Amino acid sequence: MKFSATWMIALRALRRNPMRTGLTMLGIIIGVAAVIGMVAIGTGAKEQVASSIAQIGQNTVMVMSGAPSRGGVRGGWGSLPTLTRQDYEAIRNEIPGVIRATPDVRKNTQVAAGNQNVNTTVNGAGEDYADIRAWDFVEGGNFSATDVRTAAKVAILGNTVATNLFGDASPIGQIVRIQNAPYTVIGLLKPKGMNMMGSDQDDLALVPWSSALVRLTGTDSFRSMTVQAESAEQVDRVMEDIAALLRQRHRLREGAEDDFQVRSQQEIMEMATSTARTMTLLLGAIAGVSLLVGGIGIMNIMLVSVTERTREIGVRLAVGARGIDILLQFLVEAVVLSVGGGLVGIGLGIGIAQAVSAKLGWNTLVSPESVTLAFAFSAAIGIFFGFYPARKAAGLDPIEALRYE
Amino acid sequence: MDAKPVIRLEGVEKVYQTGEVAVKAVRGVSLTVRRGEFAAVMGASGSGKSTLMNLIGCLDRPTAGRYWLDGEEVGELTKNELSQVRNQRLGFVFQGFNLLARTSALENVELPLLYSPHGHGRRELRRRSLAALEQVGLAARAGHHPSQLSGGQQQRVAIARALVNEPALLLADEPTGNLDTRTSLEIMAIFQALNEKGMTILMVTHEPDIARYCRREIVMRDGRIIRDEPVADRLAAAAELAHAWNPEDAP
Repeated sequence: MKFSATWMIALRALRRNPMRTGLTMLGIIIGVAAVIGMVAIGTGAKEQVASSIAQIGQNTVMVMSGAPSRGGVRGGWGSLPTLTRQDYEAIRNEIPGVIRATPDVRKNTQVAAGNQNVNTTVNGAGEDYADIRAWDFVEGGNFSATDVRTAAKVAILGNTVATNLFGDASPIGQIVRIQNAPYTVIGLLKPKGMNMMGSDQDDLALVPWSSALVRLTGTDSFRSMTVQAESAEQVDRVMEDIAALLRQRHRLREGAEDDFQVRSQQEIMEMATSTARTMTLLLGAIAGVSLLVGGIGIMNIMLVSVTERTREIGVRLAVGARGIDILLQFLVEAVVLSVGGGLVGIGLGIGIAQAVSAKLGWNTLVSPESVTLAFAFSAAIGIFFGFYPARKAAGLDPIEALRYE
Repeated sequence: MDAKPVIRLEGVEKVYQTGEVAVKAVRGVSLTVRRGEFAAVMGASGSGKSTLMNLIGCLDRPTAGRYWLDGEEVGELTKNELSQVRNQRLGFVFQGFNLLARTSALENVELPLLYSPHGHGRRELRRRSLAALEQVGLAARAGHHPSQLSGGQQQRVAIARALVNEPALLLADEPTGNLDTRTSLEIMAIFQALNEKGMTILMVTHEPDIARYCRREIVMRDGRIIRDEPVADRLAAAAELAHAWNPEDAP
């Protein structure tokens, strides 16, 4: 008997019961669609985390104030004011391979112009800030080194702040008041949109860090600094040099804990994406369970079907089917159910991912690996869960089967 | 009788082991059925006639004795070889028709061809199945499902299915058991017509009226053949049908 005949027989048997065929497929369809959709959402989130961290800038090193832990209590970075402006200048000037650096000091406060005012984050930054983050200007330009050195009252606005204060008019040359001090707007940043947490990256104003220390925070320390190395190869050495320099400057003894943290962008990226990867795995595993349940559904239906079709099997055996023919027929039926369901499920999963992107604005990514894996898994489920019922059918005695009521 | 034997049984026995008790269903049957015969196997239930049919139909193997089908000894064949014998040399007709539901008459008839070792093309399948349906006068209903056919028509589809692989022997197990008198006559007319063209037919029945359309009557009791003789006053079903009162003719 030719294998094509087995296909014909199996397809005819499935066609005879379209309702049952459809419902059995539904389990696999939902399972595969869930796997594809969930993994797409997880992978998309991971990609977005990675791209948002990439915005910190290439080959960058974050230096954060505060010890990683103190007496078992984790303070979190920026919790202790240990990075001073002298530290910043030493890092910037003394360490070879450092091409750019900017400190980070922040204050949430009001920015006003005319009769308009908005609450926003005012960032004290250096002249390298925009270059490190590769952030372009729509209009105007950057702080000069002199602006920073003299604590000039100049400001660069994010797109949201500029729109809220000045509407469509150009803000360049206008005066904004930050905590009652007037600042001249010298630049307008290009809009960046939302980040993955849904917060508006354009809702900020930049002032020279020197101005921020004097007029906004009244302190002499930074929560963090961003340092850019000349090349990827130099990142590790720059990190070591920064740590050594800071330990020396902070007079930390041998064995004493650091009162700062140095992390490369790469490390931060790995930490953040590993969380996202765990989430993807978790989502995928939950969806995988539903795929497994779909497979058990196939086995259930095939087992019922073997009992229900006992006489049919008897007739087939009587007219000359061999045991292997019956086995293959039932196996092909199970595989057609699972693979058919798998194909529809892949389509549905991609549809779900796209719908989630369109309706909720989440980043999703359907990876070819997840499609291949889901497809292979559904086929394997068909063979695995189809085999037992098929063997049961093939083992029937023709006389018993023909007599079965 | 110089025609070649289609069935030759020598001292065939079948013992079923049910728990402690061994049941001897067939006790030493020797029988020869030659080409072109039309034999009825009769007997009360428990007489062993169904077991004998299963043995002749290669659905079961004898415990003892030898069996030649169409000149080849089949007692020693493997399970798969027996499947091939059933497919190529035997045609089965059952009491309950045993057609596949929700499947057209044509596809039902195609079934044995699908299991044929020769492997036929789709066109060949269709051509041969239609030819078999033609033989039982149902070519016009090839597309109908069993639920759309009367009992007699369903049994004719089943006969077409039995004929489609051009078997050496047609085995019928109570083929008229589920049918009314008139439809039974129609089925017997088909069997007689097939037999006239040379088909060898072995039929199990418990109705003496039906056995009278055959040429030979074999009666079993307690696993043995107690009588084996030609039918004396053989009836012609086609002629009977012509005279029979037809409910459709009634005013």
